[in-house]
Amino acid sequence: MKHVKTLGTALIFGSLAFSGASLAGGASGEALSYTCAGCHGTNGASTGPASPSLAGMSAVYLADSMRAFKSGERESTIMMRIAKGYDDDDFDKMGAFFEKQTMHIADQSAGGMAGKGEKLHEKYCDKCHAESGMDPEDEAGQLGGQWTAYTEYQLQDVMDGTRDPGKKMTKALKKMHKKEGDAGIQALLDYYASKK
Amino acid sequence: MSNKFSRRNFVKAGAAVGAASLAAGFSPFAIGGAHGSKKVVVVGGGVGGATAAKYIKMMDSSIDVTLIEANKDYYTCFLSNEVLGGDRQMNTLKISYAGLKGHGVKVVNDIVTGIDSGKQMVKTRGGDSFKYDRCIVSPGVDFKWELIDGYDASVAENTPHAWKAGPQTVTLRKQLESMRDGGTVIIAPPPNPFRCPPGPGERISQIAHYLKNNKPKSKILAFDPKKGFSKKGLFVDGWARHYGFDAGSMSGGLIDYTLQDGVVAYDARTKTVTTKSGNKIKGDVVNIIPAQKAGAIAAAAGLTNAKGWCPIKGNTFESTQHKNIHVIGDAAIASPLPKSGYAANSEGKVCAAAVVALLNGKEAPHPTYVNTCYSIIAPNDGISVAMVYNFVDGKIGKVKGSGGLTPKAFDAKARAREQQYAYSWFENIKADSWG
Repeated sequence: MKHVKTLGTALIFGSLAFSGASLAGGASGEALSYTCAGCHGTNGASTGPASPSLAGMSAVYLADSMRAFKSGERESTIMMRIAKGYDDDDFDKMGAFFEKQTMHIADQSAGGMAGKGEKLHEKYCDKCHAESGMDPEDEAGQLGGQWTAYTEYQLQDVMDGTRDPGKKMTKALKKMHKKEGDAGIQALLDYYASKK
Repeated sequence: MSNKFSRRNFVKAGAAVGAASLAAGFSPFAIGGAHGSKKVVVVGGGVGGATAAKYIKMMDSSIDVTLIEANKDYYTCFLSNEVLGGDRQMNTLKISYAGLKGHGVKVVNDIVTGIDSGKQMVKTRGGDSFKYDRCIVSPGVDFKWELIDGYDASVAENTPHAWKAGPQTVTLRKQLESMRDGGTVIIAPPPNPFRCPPGPGERISQIAHYLKNNKPKSKILAFDPKKGFSKKGLFVDGWARHYGFDAGSMSGGLIDYTLQDGVVAYDARTKTVTTKSGNKIKGDVVNIIPAQKAGAIAAAAGLTNAKGWCPIKGNTFESTQHKNIHVIGDAAIASPLPKSGYAANSEGKVCAAAVVALLNGKEAPHPTYVNTCYSIIAPNDGISVAMVYNFVDGKIGKVKGSGGLTPKAFDAKARAREQQYAYSWFENIKADSWG
C-alpha cells in the first residue's frame, strides 16, 4: 500500500514542518487527511452513499474547493463549517495527500442511459473533465466513479444557481439541459456511475 | 490466543522492551513479527481501540498489535436510535473484527481484568497475559448506578438504558412496539459528561417519529437534570415542525421535556420514576440513561481521577497517571473534544501516530483532530455539529471560527442532504474504524 511507505517519511519530517501560521498548528498532510476519513473513507476512498471520494483527486481542485468552502463562495451543508478550521497551507497538504492515493471507483449500479450519457459527456463536459472526469491532471472534480448522489447534488446546485463553478460549466450544463431536459442529467449520472 | 502462545510472547517481549528504551535508531521498516518487534496491546474494540489498532498497522506494519475485546461482534451506538424509530435494522449496526484481522491485528476475544503498569502486562479473565511496550486503553463508558435508587445493571435488563447498542436496543424497540396507543414513554437523559451529547435528543426524535406514525395518542416525557442539552435549538425546532412541540413551554404534541429535574429513583415493579423535585410518574416504557464514568478497566488500572475519567496528554493520549499507557475515546478527558464516535476515531489516529513515533524513538508528531456528529430528527431532516481542534500550549483547543451547528433556519434541501451525509458518515466511519 502506497500510504505505508509515504507515512514513514511523514513521521520523520512531520515535526519539522511546523508552521506557526497554520490554524491546525503544523500537522502533517497525513495527519490532516486522516481526520477526513470518518466521512470520506480511509485515504479518501468513500463507501458512500453521498460523501464524495477524495482519493486520487486533483490536488489543485481539492485545495481550491476547500478555499471556496472556507470563504463561503461555494455552499455546502457541513464542509463550509469544517473548512474554516484550516489555512491555505493545510489545504495544499491535504490536496497533495489525496492526489497520491489511487482513485476510488464507487461500487454502485448505473441506470440504463449510460450510452446516451457518454455522448452528452463528450459533447458538453469532456473539454474540462478529461477521461470521463477521471483524470486528476485536468484539475477538475472526479465524475466517473464518483458517488452519484454527490454528483447529482452538484448538478442541482449549478442548475438552481446555488453553486457557481464558473461561467463555462454553468453555460454548458444549462445548454445541455435546455436541449435534453432532466433526462440529460440522468443520462450523465448513469454514465458516470457506469465507469468502473 | 492460547496460553502457550502468550507465554512465548512474554519471553520474547522481555527482550524487546529492554531494546526499546535504547533503540533511538530503530528502523520503522524492520521486518519480522516475533523477533524483537514492538508490542502494542489495545484494550477495547470500539471505535477508538479499533481505529488505533488499524492505523498503527497502516503506519508501521512491523509493530505487533493485539486487540482484546469482550464481545465477538460490536454494535455501533451511532444510528441505533433509528432502530428504536423503526427505520433501521439491527444488523446494519453489527461489526465483525474480520477487517482488523486483515490488517494484521491479532484480535483476542476475552475480558481484560488488569493492567500491570510496572510489568507492562495486560491480564485477562481467560488467564492469558500480554506483554506490551505501549498499551492503548479504549474502554468506553460504565454507569454510576448508585446515583439512581432502584436502578442497576440487573434492572436495566428489563428497563434498558440502551446506551450501549446491542440486546438492550432490541428490548427497548420491542417494548415500544408492544406499547398501547396512548402510552407514556419516560426518558431520563444523564447529567454531563456522557457519551454522545446529542444522543438523547435524537432518541426522543426517533421515538416520536415512531409514535407519530403508529401510536399518535402516546406521549414522551423527558426528565433531564441539566439546564439544557446538545443541539437544543435545532431539536426543539424540529420537534415543533414534526411532533407538535412548543419550544416556549417545552411541551406539546408528542413530547413534554422537563429541564433541571432528573430521575433520582425508580420502582421497577410499578415502572414508576421519582424525579428530584419529588414527582412520581408511571411509564409504560421507561428508558433511564444513567450518569457515566470511564469503563471499569480504567479504574481497575489506576487510570481514572476522582470523577471517574482518565486524564491524558492531549498530543499522545498517554495517561498522566501511568507511563506507556494511553487512554482514548469516551473514557479520556480530552475536552473540548466531546465524547463521540467521531472524536474517538480522530483520537485513535492521533494516538496511533504518537505510539508509532515513540516506539521508533521519535517525538510524537503534531496532532490535529476533528469531530462531526449527525442526528436524524425525522426522515429527510438531518442536523449536524462539527469542530476542528488543534494542540496549542500543551492543550487541545477549538480552532476559532471553525465548525458549529447546522444553521437554524430550516432549508429542506440541505436537511435532506444532511441525512444522506449522516448515512455516509455512518458507512465511512464503520469502514475507517473496523474495515
